[in-house]
Amino acid sequence: MSSLVPLLTTLPLLGAAVALIFGRRRRVQVWVSIVTLTAVLVIASVLLVYVDAHAPLAVAVAGWPVPFGIVLYVDTLAALLVVISSIVLLAVLLFSVGQGAADGDEDTPVSIFHPSYLILAAGIYTAFIAGDLFNLYVGFEILLVASYVLITLGGTEARIRSGVVYIVVSLVSSVLFLSAIAAIYAALGTVNMAQIAERMALQPPSVQLVLHLMLLLAFGIKAAVFPLSFWLPDSYPTAPAPVTAVFAGLLTKVGVYAIIRTETQLFPDSNINTLLLIVSLATMIVGILGAVAQAELKRILSFTLVSHVGYMIFGLAIATPAAIGATVYYMVHHIVVQTTLFLAVGLIERRAGTTSILKLKGLMTGAPLIALLYFIPAINLGGLPPFSGFIGKFALFDAAAQVGTPLMIVLIVGGVITSLLTLYTLMRAWNLGFWRESTSAEEPEVEDRIRFLGSAPAAAVQTERRVIPKVMTASTAGLVVVTIALTVFAGPLFDLCARIGAQLSEPVHVAQVISDTTTGEGGH
Amino acid sequence: MSVSVVLIVVMAALFACGVYAMLERSLTRVLIGFLLLGNGANLLLLIVLGKPGVAPFFGSAEDAASFSDPLPQALSLTAIVITFAVSAFLLALIYRSWQLGQADTVEDDEADVALRERAAEPADALETEDEITEQDDDATTDFVDSEVAPITVLSSLDFDALADDAPTDRPTGDGRRGDDS
Repeated sequence: MSSLVPLLTTLPLLGAAVALIFGRRRRVQVWVSIVTLTAVLVIASVLLVYVDAHAPLAVAVAGWPVPFGIVLYVDTLAALLVVISSIVLLAVLLFSVGQGAADGDEDTPVSIFHPSYLILAAGIYTAFIAGDLFNLYVGFEILLVASYVLITLGGTEARIRSGVVYIVVSLVSSVLFLSAIAAIYAALGTVNMAQIAERMALQPPSVQLVLHLMLLLAFGIKAAVFPLSFWLPDSYPTAPAPVTAVFAGLLTKVGVYAIIRTETQLFPDSNINTLLLIVSLATMIVGILGAVAQAELKRILSFTLVSHVGYMIFGLAIATPAAIGATVYYMVHHIVVQTTLFLAVGLIERRAGTTSILKLKGLMTGAPLIALLYFIPAINLGGLPPFSGFIGKFALFDAAAQVGTPLMIVLIVGGVITSLLTLYTLMRAWNLGFWRESTSAEEPEVEDRIRFLGSAPAAAVQTERRVIPKVMTASTAGLVVVTIALTVFAGPLFDLCARIGAQLSEPVHVAQVISDTTTGEGGH
Repeated sequence: MSVSVVLIVVMAALFACGVYAMLERSLTRVLIGFLLLGNGANLLLLIVLGKPGVAPFFGSAEDAASFSDPLPQALSLTAIVITFAVSAFLLALIYRSWQLGQADTVEDDEADVALRERAAEPADALETEDEITEQDDDATTDFVDSEVAPITVLSSLDFDALADDAPTDRPTGDGRRGDDS
């Protein structure tokens, strides 16, 4: 079983190489990408079932013993996230294939799209299954470099401009992360996460705090946590629709994942939960207030993305097993829902030629299917029952209420307000874009009510309308079905997340990892 | 663990200069800043190595205690490769940015621009930003837009710009037209 683990990284990398070789043949590239991601999805599902039933898998790559070699560590959390990200990556891939087929990109220079996309996938998987900090860094770098290429795809002026911001910010966070790794090695003499966890307890609290904050700073930039989140709303909306969708769904979550590992496994003793609670409150509130002030759907969604990262940090800061389980559930929910919404907005953009809610109108009668595909994830993100957003938030608030300190109550209130404001922004877009009659004459009145949005960025953007291939609608619909499945199967999934929460709350013993590794070697 | 003070001072200087250079608006200086920062971080990995010893694993007769720690070396090698790849990409980006006629400066955030407009700043400041926003309009949709120009080689029009490489704040109309055609 453990011989399957390295495939999670190597398959997408090999796929990328093959796709690059067939750079001139788009059809081959498409099939290579689809087959690769499907294979990873199958492998990850098998691993998830196995790991959940047995113990976490640790594989020493190339047989180097633990402190020296690279360890891949798959526990339930990692396997679950790989499964979810494979589903999302596959759906977005189909969406982009449909888009490319419709627009006839046979000759355009996007032959690098598929290889970059697969490398991005490889980076995401590597980060999820990394057993040591340095491998996590390498995973981050793989996905970041691929994302640099994807965000500046085509090299237009707008994309270069927003890409530069994204790239420079990411570079700073990478250097911080690397320095943090060096400092940790200096203090502890290891980069293996299990060993770090064991040896960290022996360090004086001040050293622990410095190392802890360095790591959190680096991951916080990637996860777009409040004071470090300003790069996100400007850089995401300019990228191509499928790229934005996958970035929004997955890249920030990789940062959140790294924060989960930091908080639960590396520094279980170093307690900065109060700081995290305040930061998460600020992330939620500031993020959603930004969304309220926007007129363009992709920007609105980028701001809600920032604000909802706050919920995950909130769950981590509560730090009970139940809260961590709820965080994981919320993370899974948010990956799928946020991606779906961005894809739906991509459909809207093609149908109406704009994503400005001041210009959109009459979509309800004109495009009822798109309306449905927007509406379901929108109320899901807004946290209306019975959807998974409600379940996740309720579980978070419940875990916070069980702790019951005054700060927790403040956080719950803040979370509810954020949820309502999310609903308000998304439903405002719904009312204007979908319910408003396309021939309505009461426009001055509407304009009057939301005049403050007139000067918001990209409020007047109008692009050409395009046909929507069935594949694009189908892949978006597929993801909507997944969000509904997250609701319908919330019981088993939530139990799984609760087990993850319990698993993460127990320290990982290095002896356990080492013994697992040796048995893993026998399986080769 | 014993460390060299000289190396620590050099590393601190690299970090300080790197941060200073990264705060500039010119992308080339940002690149230089990033290189300095990257080298600083790599040096930090080397400092972590401690007192250098003999080559590890080579000549097994040696006492293991006299070996250099091999792990930081491996780590910094990997980090150097990553830094190299990223700087190559940054250089390409700078070139593209310059090719599009914006010189190589980091442009203002669209949201900041909108904020500034709301605050009703002097008219001349607004005009520049309006222009940038308008230029964005035609390019924000799809990565397969026919207007998305492939990365072209230098045309003769660009050679005029080559002679004049002084950093400018505003996009020059000529360079842009040259690309579109």
